[in-house]
Amino acid sequence: MSLSWRRIRAILVKELREYGRNRSLVAAMALYPLIFTVQPLIAIFVAPSAAAASLTGRHELTFMLGIPILVPAALAAFAVAGERQQETLEPVLETPITREEFLLGKALAVFLPSLFIAYVVFAVFIGVVELFAKPGIAPALIGTDDVIVQVLFTPLLAAWSIWVGIAVSTRSNDVRVAQQLSVLSSLPLILVTIALSFNVIQPSFELVLFLGAVLLVADILGWRLIAPLFDRERLISGPH
Amino acid sequence: MTSQSPHASTDKRGPAISADKLTKRFGERVAFEDVSFEIGYGEVFGFLGPNGAGKTTTVRTLGTMLTPSSGSATVAGLALTPANGVEIRRRIAIMPESPGLYQRLSVLENLQCFADLYEIDDARSRIQAVLAAVGLTDRASDRSGVLSKGLRQRVALARALLSDPEILFLDEPTSGLDPAAARDVHELIGHLRERGVTIFLTTHRLEEAEKLCDRVAILNTTLRSVGRPEDLRDQLFAKTLRVVTLAPLADPAALFGTIESVTRWHAEGQSTYALAVGDTRVAAPAVTRALTAAGADVVSIAEEQHTLEDVYLQLVDEPRPAEEPQPK
Repeated sequence: MSLSWRRIRAILVKELREYGRNRSLVAAMALYPLIFTVQPLIAIFVAPSAAAASLTGRHELTFMLGIPILVPAALAAFAVAGERQQETLEPVLETPITREEFLLGKALAVFLPSLFIAYVVFAVFIGVVELFAKPGIAPALIGTDDVIVQVLFTPLLAAWSIWVGIAVSTRSNDVRVAQQLSVLSSLPLILVTIALSFNVIQPSFELVLFLGAVLLVADILGWRLIAPLFDRERLISGPH
Repeated sequence: MTSQSPHASTDKRGPAISADKLTKRFGERVAFEDVSFEIGYGEVFGFLGPNGAGKTTTVRTLGTMLTPSSGSATVAGLALTPANGVEIRRRIAIMPESPGLYQRLSVLENLQCFADLYEIDDARSRIQAVLAAVGLTDRASDRSGVLSKGLRQRVALARALLSDPEILFLDEPTSGLDPAAARDVHELIGHLRERGVTIFLTTHRLEEAEKLCDRVAILNTTLRSVGRPEDLRDQLFAKTLRVVTLAPLADPAALFGTIESVTRWHAEGQSTYALAVGDTRVAAPAVTRALTAAGADVVSIAEEQHTLEDVYLQLVDEPRPAEEPQPK
């Protein structure tokens, strides 16, 4: 299968332009990072230096992996359902674009801003904690392993959320329903990050490696599973 | 029913579109069935039918968006198969009934996106050319969402012209447009026709079809007829001369019965007579001579004109073959 990167780029550029001008999507992109940062930052700022001891050896920052789970879920839900709702899907599908090119363009358009948001929010969070938390809190909260996990797992989780979101989007006629279902589908992953964050699951090197491998395989399989769901006939004429 | 294009036989490339017993069903529901026709390159072909007749589904099927349930077709010289989908879509363009523009993007951004989707070389100059063709050069930076329906329709037409398609499908291109905007679209279609673009036009507007199309097909799930509008009129309706005299004729039966080219006649009121004739160019002078010889004061002799609407209504109301009463 040969792919046209020009066509993939056409979808990518178009999507990025649309995101920037779609207030509800901008709001969704801003809301989740706020949920994941405001309350924890307040808790960190009010924590006395003595609280540092209780933070040592824990992996509180894992909860921030919720951002690369939820932001792409909300965006990806818009990918196909949004086009159908705007009646723009048919003209695109009437061009020589293949479904693989269309889906890759859509996925990249969600993946890149999601990664950007997740990394920037994480970096700002770390910076704010380092600068403004009480002495001893920052070194106890931020470990090198936490940063590595954040950097490596952000794309893996985002990719999985994107495939789930696009799958939901191809089967939905309404963007809001698609967004709700997509976010709902991401909850199991959110629960895992919360469990790791609160030491309900004790993270180890082997466990992290295992989860990373599972996600990588799921991301690759996800692409193969999602592509057949994208049925031009069904998308154009609806279910019969 | 098969109808060959008068153009097709003269073109080495063969027909631009040919359909042979093409059928599309959605489960139990038949969208269209046993549709056969040929369209030559450079022809403007009108596809008429009531709502739900299967016109848009036919366009979507020929445009590779839907897979036919049975039958076969070629589009732009390629067999209508999933394997040829990309190549067929490269050679054709479809302007759907709804313009389907990205409303948050400008006219230019919309066209840039589609120029990339068609991988058009020198996209910038091509975009300028199509904007000029639809008279929107000065609106290129306007957001599509703020344009009137007529202007959006023009943008959609510009988008369809971007790839310089061999075959252009126009699905109800003047639907919802005011008369002035519809006239602009008609002029654009006229220009495309002059450039030799094959146009497949679905429309509800019969006067539009009559004005623009070389041939028309009338579809109501099955294809009812294909041909030039005037041929369809001739097939369906006997040619009629309407004679109006100042006073009632003394013996119209004796008068009209002697004229060879008049096959039958009947009176319509006191001094109006409808004459069924073979060829009006032969019959009209003969009738005039006979009336003059009989001393009648002739007010008018005119050929009764049947419109495409008469043809359409006659054909669309005909029962489908399967619905026709079977002899006992």
